[in-house]
Amino acid sequence: MNTEVDFAGIKMKNPVTVASGTFGYGEEFSEFFDLNKLGGIITKGTSLKPRPGNKPPRVCETSSGMINAIGLQNPGVEYVMEHLLPNLRKYNTAIIVNAIGSTLDEYVELARMLNKADIDGVELNLSCPNVKQGCLAFGTTYEGVKEVTNAVRKVLDKPLIVKLSPNVTDITLTAKGAEDAGADAISLINTFTAMVIDINTRKPVLGNNTGGLSGPGIKPIAVRMVYQASNAVKIPVMGLGGIMTGDDAIEFMLAGAKTISVGTGNFYIPDASIKVIEGIEDYMRRKNINDINEIVGTVQMN
Amino acid sequence: MPTNVNVKLIKKELLKPDILKFTCESKEISNSAKPGQFIEIKVSESYEPFLRRPISIYNIDKSNNLFEFIFQIKGRGTNFLSNVKEGEFIDIIGPIGKGVFELKNYKNIAIIGGGIGIFPLYELTKQARQCANTNVYLGFRNKEFVVLEEEFKEISTNLTITTDDGSYSKSGFAIDYLKKDIEEKNIDAIYACGPLPMLKAVKKLAEDKNIFCQISLEQRMACAVGACMGCSVKLATKEVHYARVCKDGPVFNCNAVEI
Repeated sequence: MNTEVDFAGIKMKNPVTVASGTFGYGEEFSEFFDLNKLGGIITKGTSLKPRPGNKPPRVCETSSGMINAIGLQNPGVEYVMEHLLPNLRKYNTAIIVNAIGSTLDEYVELARMLNKADIDGVELNLSCPNVKQGCLAFGTTYEGVKEVTNAVRKVLDKPLIVKLSPNVTDITLTAKGAEDAGADAISLINTFTAMVIDINTRKPVLGNNTGGLSGPGIKPIAVRMVYQASNAVKIPVMGLGGIMTGDDAIEFMLAGAKTISVGTGNFYIPDASIKVIEGIEDYMRRKNINDINEIVGTVQMN
Repeated sequence: MPTNVNVKLIKKELLKPDILKFTCESKEISNSAKPGQFIEIKVSESYEPFLRRPISIYNIDKSNNLFEFIFQIKGRGTNFLSNVKEGEFIDIIGPIGKGVFELKNYKNIAIIGGGIGIFPLYELTKQARQCANTNVYLGFRNKEFVVLEEEFKEISTNLTITTDDGSYSKSGFAIDYLKKDIEEKNIDAIYACGPLPMLKAVKKLAEDKNIFCQISLEQRMACAVGACMGCSVKLATKEVHYARVCKDGPVFNCNAVEI
């Protein structure tokens, strides 16, 4: 039984990664399970300079999910490269750094630094809804995605994955923007911009007022968008959005995702990603599938 | 180091119409838990409610592999939790928190709590009683809300119970009685957990008097293991920095944080 995949030139022992922002830089979760079992780890969004993040509260529960507005708190790429990546590199799993910037120049400078880092790839974050500048400002149009991806592509030799926002009218346009600028893959979806109001104080619960919605509640929308995007581009797709079980992961793969990410599920059960891997293997046994790559994009539409 | 374990609910006790005490069995948790730490509880088998609930540890009984926590039935999560039956298992991550109450060598300590914030102070008081005078101040809204008086009396050198409206014991806020005692009792350390206005007053008092002081904080939480950066508290630094309540706390030296 083969679960190994080649994703945009990155070899992974299985198609299961953990999503950016839900797994820090791995250290905390290494207390709960063996990180060597993962196909890959996508780090917390990392910027050129340290970012303090948004004022609290930063998280709030919703029906079958949650919203967050962390504001990309991270210690900056220099610290990450010096202190956090060497520890991650010890594990036999693909390491992908999620890269964020406020301006085009910042994205390029960051990509230059990451090009020298001992990592397997870069996930370009053009879809965080919780910071005032950058990110989503580039991420909602064909031209915007193409412009940043293009500039980063010129300085980055490593595999480049562009993470797309669902806060768009047509996901196929931004997917094509990434492909046309030379991205090796796309990942989707990031979170939906959302708001929860405290009816007693009449104020939004989050300090940032709005935040990004994630968790099993958004899964069907994510599956639809992965289906649409993977049919619009030739580059491989990483699917995510509310994946909790192996069956959820299979759904994304049938829709067209070659790899998947477990995000908010990591908060529900610390080793949710391991349970997803086991669930995928169980499905393969049940359905007599020898190679996981066989099922990618094989949904049969009515 | 926290672990994710299924613990057996041994005993369920109603302390008030809306306040429950759970006694649970877990060698992993009872052996390593420290005063001030908390656990993160999965309250449902479905995705509704979705997030785990952080609840502080009330009492640790190492020799019997038991630990206890007390919670108020307040919303959906605690409602679900209240339906667990004795003998059933609960999915718990714990014990959590690097920031814990530190007793050091203080001799005359003050422990002050308000409302449901008094629960994490029990284990602290119990351990402190071995080596220090424990002056405990517990504030409640009124007579109806007073809880655990006998339990705290047994482990306190002096116990002061206050009610905001004077309907039981001393009238007024707990902090006012601590203020009166602070010099007379030579208080050399203060430990606090309770509503934000109380913690702010305690922090100010400790800083004015230059007394070592630790406070236990609450914040909306997601992962509870330090990865998501969701439960932040602003640090008292020149530049803006946030610490994680779950991993760096939940107990902080009061002068390290802005509340």
